[in-house]
Amino acid sequence: MKIVVLWTDWVVFFVLAATLLYAWNVLRTPHLASTWRKAFASPTGSAAATVLAAFVAIGVLDTLHYRRLLSNSTGTAPTYGTETLSLLDHLLRKQQAGKERSYSAPLAYLAYEKEAVTTNGETRRIYPRLINAGTHLQDPARDRAADVITRGLVGAIKGMFVAGLLACLLTWFKSRRNGRGLAAAWSDIRSGRTRMPLRVVLGTVSVLCFLSGTVLALSVEYHVFGTDRVGNDLFYVVMKSLRTALVIGTLSTLVTMPIAVGLGILAGYLGGWIDEVIQYIYTVINSIPYVLLIAATVLILMTFIDNHADLFPTAANRTDARLFFLCVILGMTSWTDLCRLIRGEVIKLREAEYIQAAQAFGVSTWRILSVHLLPNVMHLILISMVISFSGLVLAEAVLSYVGIGVDPAMQSFGTLINTARLELSRKPAIWWTLATAFSFMFTLVLSANIFSDAVRDAFDPRAIHN
Amino acid sequence: MINYIVRRVIYSLLVLAGINFLTFFLFFSINTPDDMARLQLGGKRVAAEAIARWKAEHGYDKPLYLNLKAGGTAMLTHTVFVENSLGILHLNFGKTLEGRDIAWELGKRVGPTLAMATPVFIVAVGLSIVFALGLMLFRYSTLDTVGVVALVALMSISSLFFIITGQYVFGKLMALAPLSGFSPGPGMFKFLVLPVAVYVLSQLGADTRLYRTIFLEELGRDYVRTARAKGLSESTVLLTHVLRNSLIPIITSAGLLLPALLTGAIVLESFFGIPGLGSFTIEGINNQDFAIVRAMVFFGSFVYVLTYLLTDFAYAWADPRVRLQ
Repeated sequence: MKIVVLWTDWVVFFVLAATLLYAWNVLRTPHLASTWRKAFASPTGSAAATVLAAFVAIGVLDTLHYRRLLSNSTGTAPTYGTETLSLLDHLLRKQQAGKERSYSAPLAYLAYEKEAVTTNGETRRIYPRLINAGTHLQDPARDRAADVITRGLVGAIKGMFVAGLLACLLTWFKSRRNGRGLAAAWSDIRSGRTRMPLRVVLGTVSVLCFLSGTVLALSVEYHVFGTDRVGNDLFYVVMKSLRTALVIGTLSTLVTMPIAVGLGILAGYLGGWIDEVIQYIYTVINSIPYVLLIAATVLILMTFIDNHADLFPTAANRTDARLFFLCVILGMTSWTDLCRLIRGEVIKLREAEYIQAAQAFGVSTWRILSVHLLPNVMHLILISMVISFSGLVLAEAVLSYVGIGVDPAMQSFGTLINTARLELSRKPAIWWTLATAFSFMFTLVLSANIFSDAVRDAFDPRAIHN
Repeated sequence: MINYIVRRVIYSLLVLAGINFLTFFLFFSINTPDDMARLQLGGKRVAAEAIARWKAEHGYDKPLYLNLKAGGTAMLTHTVFVENSLGILHLNFGKTLEGRDIAWELGKRVGPTLAMATPVFIVAVGLSIVFALGLMLFRYSTLDTVGVVALVALMSISSLFFIITGQYVFGKLMALAPLSGFSPGPGMFKFLVLPVAVYVLSQLGADTRLYRTIFLEELGRDYVRTARAKGLSESTVLLTHVLRNSLIPIITSAGLLLPALLTGAIVLESFFGIPGLGSFTIEGINNQDFAIVRAMVFFGSFVYVLTYLLTDFAYAWADPRVRLQ
């Protein structure tokens, strides 16, 4: 096995490290800790955060990439597979390998299209059995419903068992922390008498465990969400799409954050011609409709990748580079809003007494910018990051549809919807690809929206209202 | 007032010049004419003469910024930059790869896009204001909460969902509107109903929520209390006092809707088969035709800058303080 770290992987690791560092910093800083507590104290906010955390966990699993070892005899250099896999691929290897020839409905045992099959020298057009779904059934027409229900129930019970375990763990933790008995701690949680809405979090966790238990149990023998045109299991495809959505949602803001923050603080604090120039720059960039700017840059990027194929040895490297640059481009077109916000805030802060005191003490400009101003605009950065997340996830779908999004070979909600755009007009309509893509996207974006509302309310009830 | 307008116009022209330079830099320096030629002629093994010929055909054979071979002012003017940029300034966008004149195409396609975008703009802003005011009447009640939840849910749905399901349900299942297509003249109405409705719906959540917040903020002001103390009815307070004072933020966000409309047009037009600017852009992207995309970038930015300018004038109209600055 050879560990592979793609460009976006580095950035994902960096984001994780930065988040942990920030969390540690929050815990040590009382006023930040209390603000964050306020964000998580809202029941809807913490429920949304739980769902997001589950998605992020899947995304992280999909970020640990490796290439499989093919042969390793002594004396020769080991050879590795050309395919870059992730830990998620390994966990879902059954679903990944279980391909069909083409479409099949959710939980089906027959294919969507009729095929000519020859049995006993007689050729008939029938719906053939699927290769990798429902193969264990003797008489599928009779047994399938019962089988699906039993498997689903077993999975659900397993999921609930995990949820129960988590609940026990939480109760134990809570009782240790408060120095009260287990029963008292449990009754606190159950009746919602805790500082954080633990009851809501536990409820969300149970729902998640219930759903994922059911789906996982069924996905061993069936295609829970059906298969797409080339026969890929949609459950697997949609799990892979999550990472793309998460990467686009976070990296785009992050990549260009230094520019936005740096220019914003400089413009606001120094004023004068520097302010004029920076304002001019962001007005120019802001004036180009973002889709067109993205279209232009992605076209240029595609030409670059085509002309420098030697820089990207594997297909994974190529699609990943395109994803990375797409994030950069998306960020480049959206940093202007944050820059303007920060500039406005700094203009207000510039007149604050503590800044004047710092100036009077002869503190250098650089130090004022980095030590006195930067921490005081952090909340704006945070809020804008959380707010832009959902917009970026939605934008990815539209961009991929237009043909300027991620590489067509990369699994994402956009490419999924794009390949499925004409499926509804077939007869009978193929609804499952779109239904799967849209419902996962909706869950992700909705929880991001709700969470961002909670964060915004906690940090700054009045600053940004968009 | 005139001073203000003149200043804004000059600034807009400067911004346009900046955009022109930026797009030129993107399309000719980062992505050189050689790359373009290679892409169009196919593959890496293209003879140097073929590239030179392609460049000469498209007028890209001069140096980009500085022509050292020419003397005097020609050193600056006989360049791709000057010839291309000045062309764009008097609306000469060059030709598409198939040899059609881009300016002519733009002129032909602006109509359908406007026919779709204008009703969308009016209906979307109007409906959002009406809904937001409606929520204001029931603020802090259960209906308000339900409304906000619905708005957040609406915001979280991809616009592609509205397009695809709208087309399927109303176009195919119920056959109320044609699936796609366009015809000029009065016949265009039936083709435009569905795209307009779909687009308005996908905008409704975010806009209504924004206006709701704006109104809520205004309602907390002192003048509202005064108006109520005078014994004015709630609807008078909302419609004459609050609405009037909320105009500035509403104009700002409505102005921002315009570039969003262009974006929306790209997706909508290709779904509904409307031969407007959006489908022209898609054509350019699919053919990797840099001339089309560049023309569209400049044209789109021009519209955007123009909207900004109009927004500024609207500010001056809505708020006397701006005029006096």
